[in-house]
Amino acid sequence: MKDFLRRFARNKAAIGGVVILLVVIALALLAPVLYPDSPWDMVAEPFLVPGADRAHPLGSDMMGRDLAAGIFHGARVSLVIGIVATLVALAVGVTIGAIAGYYGGWVDNALMRVTELFQTIPAFIFAIVLVSIFQPSVTSIVLAIGTVSWPPVARLTRSEFLTLRSREFVQACITIGMGDLRIIVLHVLPNALAPIIVTGSLMVATAILTEAGLAFLGLGDPNVMSWGTIIGAGRDVLRTAAYVTAIPGIAILLTVLALNLVGEGLNDALNPKLKNR
Amino acid sequence: MSSPILSLSELAMHFPTRAGLVRAVDGVSIDIAPGETVGLVGESGCGKSTLGKTAMRLTRPTAGSIRLDGHEISDLSRSALRPWRSKLQMVFQDPYASLNPRLTVGRTLEEPLIVHGRGTAAERRDRVRWLADKVGLRPEALQRHPHEFSGGQRQRIGIARALALEPKLVICDEPVSALDVSVRAQVINLLMDLKRDLGLAYLFISHDLSVVEHVSDRIAVMYLGKLVEIADRRTLWTRPLHPYTQALMAAVPVADPAKAADRRPVLLEGDLPSPLDPPSGCRFRTRCPIAVPQCAEREPPLRPLAPGHFVACDRVAGT
Ligand SMILES: Nc1ncnc2c1ncn2[C@@H]1O[C@H](COP(=O)(O)OP(=O)(O)OP(=O)(O)O)[C@@H](O)[C@H]1O
Ligand code: SF4
Ligand SMILES: [Mg+2]
Repeated sequence: MKDFLRRFARNKAAIGGVVILLVVIALALLAPVLYPDSPWDMVAEPFLVPGADRAHPLGSDMMGRDLAAGIFHGARVSLVIGIVATLVALAVGVTIGAIAGYYGGWVDNALMRVTELFQTIPAFIFAIVLVSIFQPSVTSIVLAIGTVSWPPVARLTRSEFLTLRSREFVQACITIGMGDLRIIVLHVLPNALAPIIVTGSLMVATAILTEAGLAFLGLGDPNVMSWGTIIGAGRDVLRTAAYVTAIPGIAILLTVLALNLVGEGLNDALNPKLKNR
Repeated sequence: MSSPILSLSELAMHFPTRAGLVRAVDGVSIDIAPGETVGLVGESGCGKSTLGKTAMRLTRPTAGSIRLDGHEISDLSRSALRPWRSKLQMVFQDPYASLNPRLTVGRTLEEPLIVHGRGTAAERRDRVRWLADKVGLRPEALQRHPHEFSGGQRQRIGIARALALEPKLVICDEPVSALDVSVRAQVINLLMDLKRDLGLAYLFISHDLSVVEHVSDRIAVMYLGKLVEIADRRTLWTRPLHPYTQALMAAVPVADPAKAADRRPVLLEGDLPSPLDPPSGCRFRTRCPIAVPQCAEREPPLRPLAPGHFVACDRVAGT
């Protein structure tokens, strides 16, 4: 663990990513403190350019809603949806991949068929379909993103389990008389966790992007304001007031970039052999 | 002889593969008495590990019986097998792959005790310390992870784990082949000390005849899924009868030059045939220096040529 932290800390880009993420998390945490009112409230005159009014540093949109309030509250929504959707995908993907990889044979075949079936449909289109069917809400969006993003996790987990289960320490568990559940959870999974964590951090980025895409298309939860919602609203005034789209766009870009940097940093720190060529 | 701790009878393990049926173990019968060390030798790929793992019930045998302390375990389910596991344990070949890298040594040694519900946490801790001491590990080692140890020390951990449940028989699958030559003797001596102290029986698998010769009471020679000769150590060393055993012995370097000159060199030609399609009749005939056409027709059974000395060759006679 200490080694891991030291290796991670050596990676400047990854530390940069962590800093950006901490800022985003701070935005999310401070939202109710700094902007206790709803970000949907029209508090200023419309089309206030950023910097024009001290009270609204990021300006306002065409309805006079404070963009800064939107960014703070949006950080909350985007982060929560990104993280929860990823946890859903990890739970499903790891379970299916672990069972397929550990048992092999027909169990593996059947589960991988199902996984491939899910992968044949392009993820974003699939998410659009799911959200439209179930009505846009935070829950349906989280479940839709989870549903479209578990297959790669399942494949990754399966391939890790396939190699690990033939290792002699797993056979040693069997000779002891250990049950499958204990072997899978306590002995194999911890050894497969590193690449799963890396993938998970990248998946949060993808989930945030997917949510933004859905909100942009008008498939966001109408009761909450995410960064995607702001971009979607700014779409119509892109030519006259580009900052309405650009500000949340930059927020998404930086967050996604940060998650990727952290993911890469984790990858290098967790697999030192590959890095120390 | 007292009743055997392990008794294998016509044991077979076949693997269906895309290329066909791999007859890795094809009808092996042998008994191991309590406290006895049986050495199992043979070339790479002849089925030694498969035999050990099948006897260990890591797989369900294709045919034959495995009697552990008189009880048939070849067809038991995994849960029915659990209580029997404690009598029969295994030391694996590769000490780098056989230990979970994420667990401390102490936890690795405690796992068997937890799974079998042995003792309270405090009692288990004592037992783990006793095990570590028994295999020559310092108590501090228990808090560390496997990667902090050398191969020889790791193998000591693997041995301690095998002993945790107080087994009567330990199957050692090439326990020193992956180790530096310099530490092999230490690990073998440890195994011998433990055998003496704890009254263990061993099935000691190795492709190295000189190692097996050193540790075994009896030696079984395996060729392409079958046993071709079984004899006590001295007999096998001084009077090997099967042409395959003789060829193996010829390959062992001899220290005494007088004996070396005396020995007729019989060298193995060609490779081990595939267990996918073993030769008809005697499986050794494709490489046997004294084969005759009839050898292709009949599979020679293991027959006693002297008390306790079994040979599977129709062309050799006892004294
Ligand atoms: N699970 C399996 N599926 C298919 N074939 C197998 C399997 N396990 C072993 N074999 C085959 O069975 C034969 C015997 O293998 P085994 O590992 O028992 O030999 P071995 O005597 O232990 O050799 P080595 O000295 O190399 O360890 C080999 O031809 C091997 O390829
Ligand atoms: S039976 Fe024939 S082929 Fe087989 S070992 Fe004896 S002589 Fe050689
Ligand atoms: Mg082997």
